[in-house]
Amino acid sequence: MSNLTLTANSSITSLPAVPEWRRIMNRFLGHRGLMIGSVILAVIILAALFAPWLAPHDPYVQNVSQRMIPPIWHDKGTWNHILGTDKLGRDYLSRLLYGARISLTIGISAAVISGLIGTTLGVLAGYFGGRVDAVISYIITTRLALPVVLVALAMASLVGGSLQTVIVLLGLLLWDRFAVVARSTTQQLRDAEFIASAKVLGASTPYILIRELLPNILSALIVVMTLEMAHAILLEAALSFLGIGVQPPSPSWGLMVAEGKSYMFFQPWVIAIPGVALMVLVLAINLVGDGLRDMNAPEGRS
Amino acid sequence: MPDYALELSNLSRHFYLKNGAFKEPTLLKAVDGISLRIRPGETLGLVGESGCGKSTLAKMILGLLEPTDGDVLVNDKVRGASSRLAMARQLQPIFQDPYSSLNPRKTIEKIIRLPLQLHKVGDSNSQRKAVKEISDLVGLPERLLKQYPGQLSGGQRQRVAIARALILRPSILVCDEPTSALDVSVQAQILNLLMDLKKELNLTYLFISHNLGVVEHLVDRVAVMYRGKLVEQGTREEIFHHAKHPYTQALLSSVLTPDPALGVPEVLDSSSWDKAS
Ligand SMILES: Nc1ncnc2c1ncn2[C@@H]1O[C@H](COP(=O)(O)OP(=O)(O)OP(=O)(O)O)[C@@H](O)[C@H]1O
Ligand SMILES: [Mg+2]
Repeated sequence: MSNLTLTANSSITSLPAVPEWRRIMNRFLGHRGLMIGSVILAVIILAALFAPWLAPHDPYVQNVSQRMIPPIWHDKGTWNHILGTDKLGRDYLSRLLYGARISLTIGISAAVISGLIGTTLGVLAGYFGGRVDAVISYIITTRLALPVVLVALAMASLVGGSLQTVIVLLGLLLWDRFAVVARSTTQQLRDAEFIASAKVLGASTPYILIRELLPNILSALIVVMTLEMAHAILLEAALSFLGIGVQPPSPSWGLMVAEGKSYMFFQPWVIAIPGVALMVLVLAINLVGDGLRDMNAPEGRS
Repeated sequence: MPDYALELSNLSRHFYLKNGAFKEPTLLKAVDGISLRIRPGETLGLVGESGCGKSTLAKMILGLLEPTDGDVLVNDKVRGASSRLAMARQLQPIFQDPYSSLNPRKTIEKIIRLPLQLHKVGDSNSQRKAVKEISDLVGLPERLLKQYPGQLSGGQRQRVAIARALILRPSILVCDEPTSALDVSVQAQILNLLMDLKKELNLTYLFISHNLGVVEHLVDRVAVMYRGKLVEQGTREEIFHHAKHPYTQALLSSVLTPDPALGVPEVLDSSSWDKAS
């Protein structure tokens, strides 16, 4: 840390400046949690993207003669089905790979939707204050008073579960933290002199909000985004497990756990495999989130 | 040539301070009926103790705060009558805190160039050239243009702020304590720069400071503010050598202590000059 600060300072007087991306790279490589998290996350994302090429079987094809084959580390495991098959004889590894697509799609889409809603509300409340703030704060409080799981359950069973329903539902429910963080960071910056300077120059309010203010609160919002992504992924698994989220035969990890639950005493791997996958994904996202937060902490410069 | 670069007529700004949920809010007259005129090319120093309403006044002149009462005239035209963009080309601010006046996420070049982009002056080539020219003028080395504000010293940052304020070639600068956040040694550099620029570009300055010592060598005229009101104004000569108002005298004695034994000024009895004004 200290030698980094030194280089940054000495660049003022004589040395050529250390380029911005170099300093970001150094900090990135210096943070172990962030490194581990991003590597795991990158692997899962690549696996999801290339699932059609990586998957040894079609995740939907049933084969009654190959039901409940255990994974390779069991005595009865076969190389043909490395992670075994489920009760309908579908290849577990293939389902797991395609399941990563569902988890990531839902995590990212829900976080983006809620991020847009929450950031817009929070920035408007923080920037304009007064009556705008009062109304938006009331909306935030109302949202905070709603139990997310209960509302999601009720709405999903009312509308009927599907991938789209889950995304929209979670997107509409998970924006509160974005709003709170955006509001407070905006309040801190609202009176900054660079904002005043842009106003005097005649910049429009949208310009000030999007080009001057937003880049300065983005890092805080990205951290929230990782948290909400993990949150959404877990909620999707829960909804799917309860049968009102993503519907069969989609290979959602939550659904895989649900379908395996009657076998869990004799073939625990049926739920252990999707369960561990879920845990690793959420852990990786949280490590990345924590790391990004640390990266954004001031380091000799504001 | 307008008669006055800047004219304030009976300018006021009142705040209601909340005293908890059940008490009546109290009225604070932060700026209370100030009238002032600055001729083109003149430098007016506005001095007064902390909290007397100087920044509130500057904000109203810059259009950042609506006056409760009164008008601001820029080059003989009422502020509200022309657009923000038109105003920006005539009047620009230099703020006190160079650490908060530059967007930390933009490079110096982008910061200085922003006014040209907002006002759609020239193409990107000519804009970049203009940035280099103005940086040269304010003594900012070209290699700093690619850096971020966090990598610059306070004095360098204030030069950036001055470059940004001047790139549209306004005729008036409103400087609200432009040096009070800087090191003493850097203060002098920035003040000299401001004076050189004034000569070179024929600028009009409203120079706000709580420190009479800072303005002594720069200004043509001085206006003294106390609790939202002007208590005295006059030429530099008049104020520094023949101050009439007891508050001005007290301010002077707190800055210019010819007799070291006087040292720190005594606690002032404010009632005496309240009556006098
Ligand atoms: N938005 C506001 N709401 C309520 N009171 C305010 C507001 N802005 C300023 N004031 C009050 O108005 C008075 C004048 O403030 P101002 O910032 O103009 O003082 P100043 O002369 O610039 O002081 P300094 O030398 O410390 O910068 C202060 O008492 C301040 O508390
Ligand atoms: Mg002030």
